[in-house]
Amino acid sequence: MEQKTVIKAENVSMCFTLASEKFDNFKDYVIKMIKKQVSYDEFWALSDVSFEVKQGDSLGLIGLNGSGKSTMLKTIAGVLKPTKGTVVIDGTVAPLIELGAGFDADLTAEENVYLNGALLGYDRKQMEAAYQDIVEFSELQEFMHTPVKNFSSGMVSRLAFAIATIGTPDILICDEVLSVGDFHFQEKCEQRIQRMIDAGTTILFVSHSIQQVKKICNKIVWLDHGHVKMQGDAEAVCEQYSHS
Amino acid sequence: MSGYIQNFLKFRPLLNELVSRDIKIKYRRSVLGVLWTLLNPLFMMLILSFVFSNLFKFNIDNFPLYVLSGQVIFNFFSESTTNAMSAIIGSSSLIKKIYVPKYLFVISRVVSSFINLLAAFTALLAVMIFTRAELHWTMLLVPIPLVLLVVFSTGVGLFLSAITVQFRDVMHLYGVFTTALMYLTPVIYPLSLLPDTVKFIVMLNPLTNYLSMFRDVMLNNNLPSLLGVVVGLVEAIIVMVIGLYVFYKKQDTFILNL
Ligand SMILES: Nc1ncnc2c1ncn2[C@@H]1O[C@H](COP(=O)(O)OP(=O)(O)O)[C@@H](O)[C@H]1O
Ligand SMILES: [Mg+2]
Repeated sequence: MEQKTVIKAENVSMCFTLASEKFDNFKDYVIKMIKKQVSYDEFWALSDVSFEVKQGDSLGLIGLNGSGKSTMLKTIAGVLKPTKGTVVIDGTVAPLIELGAGFDADLTAEENVYLNGALLGYDRKQMEAAYQDIVEFSELQEFMHTPVKNFSSGMVSRLAFAIATIGTPDILICDEVLSVGDFHFQEKCEQRIQRMIDAGTTILFVSHSIQQVKKICNKIVWLDHGHVKMQGDAEAVCEQYSHS
Repeated sequence: MSGYIQNFLKFRPLLNELVSRDIKIKYRRSVLGVLWTLLNPLFMMLILSFVFSNLFKFNIDNFPLYVLSGQVIFNFFSESTTNAMSAIIGSSSLIKKIYVPKYLFVISRVVSSFINLLAAFTALLAVMIFTRAELHWTMLLVPIPLVLLVVFSTGVGLFLSAITVQFRDVMHLYGVFTTALMYLTPVIYPLSLLPDTVKFIVMLNPLTNYLSMFRDVMLNNNLPSLLGVVVGLVEAIIVMVIGLYVFYKKQDTFILNL
């Protein structure tokens, strides 16, 4: 059976200019312009990364800290636009990049559910329908009218995870989200992700735990300093990775 | 093009949420809440009318209405553009982590300010009724100056928000600029009072045109002049196009500068 390609990254390169040369003040800019000093320290967080993900696959990204995993996920989520190359996406994306990023600390959990839902592109009706499920999954019944600034980080992630995983998005992006929360909740999240995979959602998964990656993913891309070091079936890449 | 519209429709609920968040946060823990939006312009009007009708004695009948109408228009412009300017910087934590069409942050600030404008407008109507000013049919044309003003301000807001990401100085400069601009807009003084050279400069200010149109239909029972509408429309469109263009060109680099 020929599966449809849902994510296609072609020669993706991402260049950041480093902070030392960032000017946020007009005077500096003009002075440097005049002195012809507007030079940039370039840093390539990704160079020439290409891969494809078919529908229903779950792809793991592995690599050391700073190897560009989050950057890659952000280009797929549309947060970053690659300096070179293209990322083509076919379907809806639910990003779990930094849990709770869309929360407003001054609003209550309930208000944040609607705000966050809207950030993901759901309207109020859809959120009302999903509300009960969110409350139950996050186990925060008593706290729904508390401002989020009084939440512990674990509670924030529980709520954020519950919101981001409503419905069945075509693509779910998880960036080290399972490393937060207690054991019990981690297990619940894993189950939910598994259920989404079974329902045909394509998963992009990053985790520190190679065990978790093995459990969830069938394909792996191994990044090293922004380059693809190896890609292929999970078993084979994990084997190599653990030997390195 | 249809992609843009689809994307806008998908994120339209977000616009509602952002606006309601702005308003909720603004009035949380204030006893009178939204009533303040109404009371604020009234207090300002009282103060200004007191100062200017006792100290300077401009020859304008119903000076409170003159000042209040000036404030409704000018405050909207200055509030919406100032808020829009920091829209992108203020949402940096979101922009870095979640994909959302970024212009929505700017639009939401303008919409919040527009809600304040409606409150101030209600205050104006209340004062008109209270002072037994005549209510004219031309009032029904008030959407014309308001729509032009909103388009114009949105354009300025988009432009400012985009360049502020790169040059934070703009924020400080703009405060000075709006103060100067207020004196170059006939908010408090009548145009007839000005010497010709100054009047020429004041007439160049697009806000003067929108404000005159607003006063014409609200207070003076005049139809807006065709020339005024055309000039206002052209200015609004030019500013909007420039704003959109700069914003569109810069938006992919926002994240690198936030
Ligand atoms: N906005 C940014 N500006 C400058 N450098 C960045 C930015 N975002 C990420 N980087 C750099 O890119 C590299 C890759 O980061 P990241 O993708 O977060 O790595 P990982 O998630 O694999 O740990 C890091 O060296 C980081 O410092
Ligand atoms: Mg990371």
